[in-house]
Amino acid sequence: MLDVNEKTYEANVDPFHLMLSSHGLNLSRGQTRTLQINVGFVCNQKCRHCHLDAGPDRRENMTRETMLAVMDYAGRSHFDMIDITGGAPELNPHVEELIEKAAAMVPRVMFRSNLSALNSGTRAGLRQVLRAHQVVVVASFPSLNVSQTESQRGKGIFDTSIEALLKLNRLGYGKPGSGLELNLVSNPSGAFMPAAQDQTETRFRRILGKNWGIQFNNLFSFANVPLGRYREWLIRSGNFSQYMEKLASSFNPCAVADVMCRTMMSVSWDGYLYDCDFNLAKGIYMGCEKTHVSEMAGRPETGDVIATADHCYACTAGSGFT
Amino acid sequence: MDEYYKREDLPKFGEIGKEAPEMAKKYFEYYNEVFSEGELTLREKSLIALAVAHAIQCPYCIDSFTQSCLERGSNMGEMTEAVHVATAIRGGASLVHGIQSRNIADKLSM
Repeated sequence: MLDVNEKTYEANVDPFHLMLSSHGLNLSRGQTRTLQINVGFVCNQKCRHCHLDAGPDRRENMTRETMLAVMDYAGRSHFDMIDITGGAPELNPHVEELIEKAAAMVPRVMFRSNLSALNSGTRAGLRQVLRAHQVVVVASFPSLNVSQTESQRGKGIFDTSIEALLKLNRLGYGKPGSGLELNLVSNPSGAFMPAAQDQTETRFRRILGKNWGIQFNNLFSFANVPLGRYREWLIRSGNFSQYMEKLASSFNPCAVADVMCRTMMSVSWDGYLYDCDFNLAKGIYMGCEKTHVSEMAGRPETGDVIATADHCYACTAGSGFT
Repeated sequence: MDEYYKREDLPKFGEIGKEAPEMAKKYFEYYNEVFSEGELTLREKSLIALAVAHAIQCPYCIDSFTQSCLERGSNMGEMTEAVHVATAIRGGASLVHGIQSRNIADKLSM
């Protein structure tokens, strides 16, 4: 078992691989169906829960050459889905070309947006590209409360997010029968666990509909992952140990079978491969070997061992993280 | 004993069953039934519990149900309003007894 955990910062929790083995489990690949492409750490926001430390001061951004190498790899690997993320993927200059190539290659393309980057007047063209290729938009919308949203994501973000959702609705996103899927992601705005997904979805649908007439398809409620800027905040605020203990005590062995790293792989802005975006944030290469996308013949083998560390507790707490 | 209330005592709540396990078992079964989804959502129940926790001034309950409210999707505005509800009822309970006092005083006075 590959466990590359550093000595956890004063958290009194068992290493993740020991928790797995105590339940008779290990973490290995199923069939890899999704290629997640992280086009860079550049972002217009500096969210306090960001596991990647993304922000306006970052310079890591996928070049066209790397993007083409990633697309060559996707072409020879036959994925079911390509999942485009960042940073704010809107801020990569090649993202429209990437979307067009991805849409020609796989049945389903997903685009993760912080909403504010997509809302800008200069991104009308990108919104049309997303629509034209029926790309699924997965939008961060942590809370129905202005203070909670802005304490996590920055001043003015709540109103901007509402504007962006309204623009997406006007394009047909989230409307029944349009074929344009709009999904929301809600993360806790602090060192606590996420609310139950089904109840949160019902409540968000009722309030967004009543107050602004906003429609969406699904809501996903995820725990924050103790990496990057969020980890720094946990430590600085004195919440780290308690949060890690809470994640570990919420370990759900049934969630292990469905964690996203079993069916997806992640490629970073510079073309290197990781088991997931969290291992990417932590710098743990896929299978602990530094491999460039241009060196891969096809999808990883079913049964390949997945590298783990203590942040993996965030994906197995409660109902899990997909 | 340096302090009456210690945070690490809260997770030990179950130990209260050591000397009277049957009563503890019944209490915790009842408690778990109360805090399961019913006509009220879990979010609503947590807000009620937070208000009651303030009314009875239980630090363990305030800690526990503040976290519970956040984890069930409530925000500080809602939680503050819930505490005001407890305060209004608690204050009103004192104030309404003023009528009893007035009645007695009226009876005794010329």
